[in-house]
Amino acid sequence: MKAYKIIVLAKQVPDTRNVGKDAMKADGTINRAALPAIFNPEDLNALEQALRIKDRFPGSTVTILTMGPGRAAEIIREGMFRGADGGILLTDRAFAGSDTLATSYAISRALKKVKDFDIVIAGRQAIDGDTAQVGPQVAEKLGLPQVTYVEEIQKIENGKVEMKRRLERGVETVSCPVPLVLTVNGSAPDCRARNAKLIMKYKHAKTVTELQNSNEDYLHLYNDRPYLNIPEWTVNDIEVDHAELGLSGSPTKVKKVENVVLQAKEAKVITSADSDIDDLMRELIESHTIG
Amino acid sequence: MANYYTDNKELKFHLDHPLMEKIVRLKERNFTEKEAFEYAPMDHEDAMDNFDKVLEVVGEICGDLVGPNAESIDAEGPQVVDGHVVYARGTAENIEALNKAGLMGMSLPRKYGGLNFPIVPYIMAADVVSRADAGFVNIWGLQDCAETINEFASEEQKEKYLTRVCNGDTMAMDLTEPDAGSDLQAVQLKAVYDEQSGKWILNGVKRFITNGDGHISLVLARSEPGTKDGRGLSMFIYDKNDGGVTVRRIEHKMGIIGSPTCELVFKDAPAELVGSRKMGLIKYVMALMNGARLGIAAQSVGVSEAAYREALAYAKERMQFGKAIMRFPAVYEMLSNMKAKLDASRTLLYETARFVDVYKTYMHIAEERKLEKEERDEMKKYQRLADIYTPLVKGMSSEYSNQLAYDAVQIHGGSGFMKDYPVERIYRDARITSIYEGTTQLQVVAAIRGVTTGAYLNQIRVYEAEKVSPELEHLRRTLIILTDEYEQAVNKVLATEDNEFIDFHARRLVEMAGNIIMSYLLVLDSNRDAMFAKSAKNYIRIAKAQVKAHAEFIRTSDLSDLGSYKYEMQ
Repeated sequence: MKAYKIIVLAKQVPDTRNVGKDAMKADGTINRAALPAIFNPEDLNALEQALRIKDRFPGSTVTILTMGPGRAAEIIREGMFRGADGGILLTDRAFAGSDTLATSYAISRALKKVKDFDIVIAGRQAIDGDTAQVGPQVAEKLGLPQVTYVEEIQKIENGKVEMKRRLERGVETVSCPVPLVLTVNGSAPDCRARNAKLIMKYKHAKTVTELQNSNEDYLHLYNDRPYLNIPEWTVNDIEVDHAELGLSGSPTKVKKVENVVLQAKEAKVITSADSDIDDLMRELIESHTIG
Repeated sequence: MANYYTDNKELKFHLDHPLMEKIVRLKERNFTEKEAFEYAPMDHEDAMDNFDKVLEVVGEICGDLVGPNAESIDAEGPQVVDGHVVYARGTAENIEALNKAGLMGMSLPRKYGGLNFPIVPYIMAADVVSRADAGFVNIWGLQDCAETINEFASEEQKEKYLTRVCNGDTMAMDLTEPDAGSDLQAVQLKAVYDEQSGKWILNGVKRFITNGDGHISLVLARSEPGTKDGRGLSMFIYDKNDGGVTVRRIEHKMGIIGSPTCELVFKDAPAELVGSRKMGLIKYVMALMNGARLGIAAQSVGVSEAAYREALAYAKERMQFGKAIMRFPAVYEMLSNMKAKLDASRTLLYETARFVDVYKTYMHIAEERKLEKEERDEMKKYQRLADIYTPLVKGMSSEYSNQLAYDAVQIHGGSGFMKDYPVERIYRDARITSIYEGTTQLQVVAAIRGVTTGAYLNQIRVYEAEKVSPELEHLRRTLIILTDEYEQAVNKVLATEDNEFIDFHARRLVEMAGNIIMSYLLVLDSNRDAMFAKSAKNYIRIAKAQVKAHAEFIRTSDLSDLGSYKYEMQ
């Protein structure tokens, strides 16, 4: 039976489900210090799908790839406690201020460096931005097929992954050859809990930076147990065009952030016809939602 | 998103008790497993951090899954299909979640796949699970039957069965029969050795068996034909994979409905002998029962926690006469007394668990090497303490959980009588705690030795000698006076040298000892952390009233009074 190399794209996000009044800074950016940092919920759904593949195909590996500040290593450990084999933290000041375009660029470059993978699984979207763009953009940049809104990976046979997608008006089953990128919906099964033995095995796992900044009592462990070293990649570790990173690579500018109470009770469905999309764009520009 | 461990800071307090240093060092054999097992702790702090982190997972699963599932499990219950148990949907979900989290075989050695946790954090997990669902804890908590296999079975059996428990197999202990309940000497299930297969063959009926269709069962059976008492009984392991046992029915119960209570029919069921023949009841069941009793004490404390929280939440939000009902003295006194009894039973629970930990760990070390004299003495000391504290905590905490559940319903008023609030289920679930694994009356029979031998008094003196901060001194002085009253009452009853008179007052004497011991423990807890100050003060008021009432009853009682209590026996 074949084993699969799976990469889970995950993000550490502020827990916007418990927003207090100091959640925003005056400049409209998120006050990360005021909100607990958590594993983005739909990325946990994605991790569960990855772990299920690992359960079904012994020998498969699950690696978490995350981009963020140094503390984002927390979610790599969190993932390891739940069954992931390890992770990579993509971290550099040069990534700061990245929008989805710059983020997907950096991530796709990191995946190029990883090279050897079969399935990339991401959560549909992160609760801090709700864009649902990074997964699809990564696929596009890597030239891989993408399947979004996945609720369940039903089977993998002859190099093809069969999945159930949860759509607006029903479900759709699609089949796609590996390698591919898929994004998982929040309606997929919850991620399994942390496992007692894995917690004890991996709780000392650290990045080099974390190790340098801590009073770790068990330094010898990091030689004896290589899995305790969480790789940390900076811009120097991946092949990139610096202009496409961080703020300079991010066309998105935050104009203002406001508290919105959603009032519409119904969703509006548009088709993929050019005319429908043109209409939508016009509407969004006229309402200054974009532009 | 609730976490039943982190939202209950009393637990961490009890986990961090100073005696844990010794317990962990012994349990980890000076941290010698760190090379062989990558999940073994490096040192004491590392081990304590492991307990804390794992309990956080227990708390999370209980808060997010087990607690929310309790209502539907209570409504649905298990069923019998083709002679086997099918759990309620929520029960199956709970089992799967706890298995995947690696929370089976928590206290078993690592070589069988266990976590090698001491009893204290294991019991704490049981405390948390019980708060979430008192019925479910029975199924999960029966893993402590594995400790009996670990103590008495052969290495081959340990490898076979303990590994399976660590991988999620559930257990059962098949003791009770229609005519053998509290009196287990009357067990009749027949065990006959079959030369050909080299196995024992079991035939007969067991009743009231919790999780009777579990994967691995410990069965008490009569291996010596012609015998009539406990000396003819042996202990067996029945493996469900071998077949031969069917579930005839599941009892319809008042509470803990999710926990299947089975009537089992053994028909030529093959089984393996555990340890030596004839030692089944005398030795192994006693060990099994002591473990189970500590488990029920944890269940009782968890139920009390749930009852208290429900009552407090309701009293805060229910408005009458223009204010929250918790503002009324009649209600806030009830709540404070509930909290005091909850804190009292919990501190006794962990004190007992620590005693059990020290002696059991020495016992296992003794299998590996000869103990030094000092260690042997220590083992005996803690074993004696565990022996008298186990029935005490089982008896007291189960009675308290019933009192708390009663008060919690009372605070809810009419709403508490309806099925709309969890407190109705908690009330029903609490009721069994003072009945199974030995009724309170039988706990008193076991605990009275602690009274008659002076063992409780000696331990009370140990607590009395501990230094406490000046502001707690007046509580200590009150307890010294109560201890004198207890001593006088004991002396008066024992002086009669009449067993019936001693039995008649046994419950009163045991309760007095329990009241004083829990009072001292709360004073010592307050000395470590001010969060127990109110409970210590309030509990000592309850204890004082109780001890004085019992003392007065005994002071004015003599042998000739017994006649007026006897019905239809003259």
